Amino acid sequence: MRTSQEAIALQVRNLRKAYPDVVAVDGLDLEVYSGECFGLLGPNGAGKTTTIEICEGLNTPDSGEVLVLGRRWGQDDRALRELLGISLQETQFSEKLTVAETLQLFRSFYRVGPDPTDVIAMVQLQEKAGSRVGQLSGGQKQRLALACALVGDPELLFLDEPTTGLDPQSRRQLWDLIEAFKSDGRSILLTTHYMDEAERLCDRVAIVDHGRTIALGTPRELISRLRAEHVLEFALAEDQVVDEDPLRRIDGVCAADRRNGTYRLQVGELHRAMPALLHELRRQGVQLAELRTHSATLEDVFVSLTGRNLRDE
Amino acid sequence: MSDKRGWTDHPLVQLTRVRYREFFREPEAVFWVFIFPVLLTAGLGIAFRNRAPERTVVAVVTEQPAGGRVADLLRHEDALDVMLLSDTAAKEGLRTGEVALVVVPQRGRSLEYRYDDTRPESRTARLLVDDALQRASGRRDRVAVEDRLVREPGARYIDFLVPGLLGMNLMGSGIWGLGFAIVDARKKRLLKRLIATPMSRIQYLASFALSRLTLLFMEVGLLLGFAILVFGVPLRGSLPLLVIICLLSSLSFASLGLLIASRAQTMEGASGLMNLVMLPMWIFSGVFFSASRFPDAIQPFIQVLPLTAVIDALRANILRGAGWQTLAPELTIILLWMTGSFFLALKLFRWR
Repeated sequence: MRTSQEAIALQVRNLRKAYPDVVAVDGLDLEVYSGECFGLLGPNGAGKTTTIEICEGLNTPDSGEVLVLGRRWGQDDRALRELLGISLQETQFSEKLTVAETLQLFRSFYRVGPDPTDVIAMVQLQEKAGSRVGQLSGGQKQRLALACALVGDPELLFLDEPTTGLDPQSRRQLWDLIEAFKSDGRSILLTTHYMDEAERLCDRVAIVDHGRTIALGTPRELISRLRAEHVLEFALAEDQVVDEDPLRRIDGVCAADRRNGTYRLQVGELHRAMPALLHELRRQGVQLAELRTHSATLEDVFVSLTGRNLRDE
Repeated sequence: MSDKRGWTDHPLVQLTRVRYREFFREPEAVFWVFIFPVLLTAGLGIAFRNRAPERTVVAVVTEQPAGGRVADLLRHEDALDVMLLSDTAAKEGLRTGEVALVVVPQRGRSLEYRYDDTRPESRTARLLVDDALQRASGRRDRVAVEDRLVREPGARYIDFLVPGLLGMNLMGSGIWGLGFAIVDARKKRLLKRLIATPMSRIQYLASFALSRLTLLFMEVGLLLGFAILVFGVPLRGSLPLLVIICLLSSLSFASLGLLIASRAQTMEGASGLMNLVMLPMWIFSGVFFSASRFPDAIQPFIQVLPLTAVIDALRANILRGAGWQTLAPELTIILLWMTGSFFLALKLFRWR
């Protein structure tokens, strides 16, 4: 699919990192091609932040190989840092500085880069340029963090959960900014536990769980691997139960399972499965309390691979 | 893209300006560093100002017939305030400290003095009373003496106090100023974010030193200027030497602050450590009274404390005009603390 992309911006092979109480990264591989936006998708504690911080040179792996723009950490880190833009999870910038002063400071660390005022315009914070950072909203702070990552004109951008905790409007605003940066032909590695974010922004995603890659591909490829474009969920009135085996035999149903009282069917052809399901439920004499369908998402890919929801602890 | 960069775009300049902005935009910090020491100096200077010599209160017991005559003799002394009291009232006065000495005339011409010999004013009263009564009884002095009163600036409490407060202020602003700023940046993960850029770590630390040194001139200038103008505290030493003492002291305390902040992850942890380090110096280093009042056994410990060295050097320079050679031991101690804590801090420092 990506035959035109030969250059590799970031290569990680067999990465391992263990802490005294937990193995955070357990033999992880990934490759980010130049010009693509690559997403590490996984639940909290999957090892995403440890992985991205090792790539950023802020953490050291126990073993494994990391090549960032063809270089290794520990050789000329300063020169490498000139080429990277980084947004960490939960950085708080100094609240007493203004937006413009913060960007001037970060700009001063880089040899080349855009003018701070241009970056402020890029992230649409012009009206807030003279405001103290302490007075910004959550979304504005995240845009400031993105601006600080862009101020050195990076070739490769690392974004660790760039929209966590933001309201939907701020998230969409941030997505537009990231897409604009991507269309400049630069590379991005981002981590997220929002599947809609990964689907919208990422050319390819790796689904990570317990420090390993459990699936890798474009969002569409991963979803099509479910062999089912739709997901049908229903719940029954009171404490009624239904025999699941007949459900699996319904024409067009690929898989069925039950979690917390909700039945979940992966369905290829909704228009054939739905009437058959209703018929079967009537035959078993049970009453519906809820019925929903949605197009299959990366969340469903994760659930079918692990049996858990992305945002379960 | 802009590659034309002025000197203000140099990272060291930018980092140092951030230090100023963070300081001056925190009204509380400005108050504690600049205003509070001046208020403290003013308060203590007024409380301990020199007053006209006080009169000492003595009592003469009335139960004995000679009481009235003795009291009349003593009333000729300017420095004494004489009261005629009953025996019980005199005892009560002595116990509460309102009376420094009680004269009890005895049978014949002899007298008894009742006083507490651990109270300086009682000992003074003993001398004054005895002198007056002996002379009235015909004693003649064999040596001619003349009193010349000397009340000179430099020997007053305020003169002793100002160098102490100056030292304490240098310590506080160095340790707190650096320690809190660094721990705060670490806690907010700002330190981690900064080292994710090509920023030079040495320049980051240097920005603290630079901002300390410039703020120092304001701090010291304000406090000393106030003390000189309002209380007439003398400046007897060489000014360049005073500047050097202040610079080294400030850097020394800043290094100590860096060391304290090198690992602390929380404000609570850092502030506990800072108090642990500063408390012995507040007590022992002679800010408000001379460190030599402590027992000899702990003097070696007191003498190696950086604040002791700083205050001793400041007092010697400001009040006695001491030169380089005299101050060499103190300057050596200050320098050792500076380099020792700086290199240890660099070794221990955690950027994450």
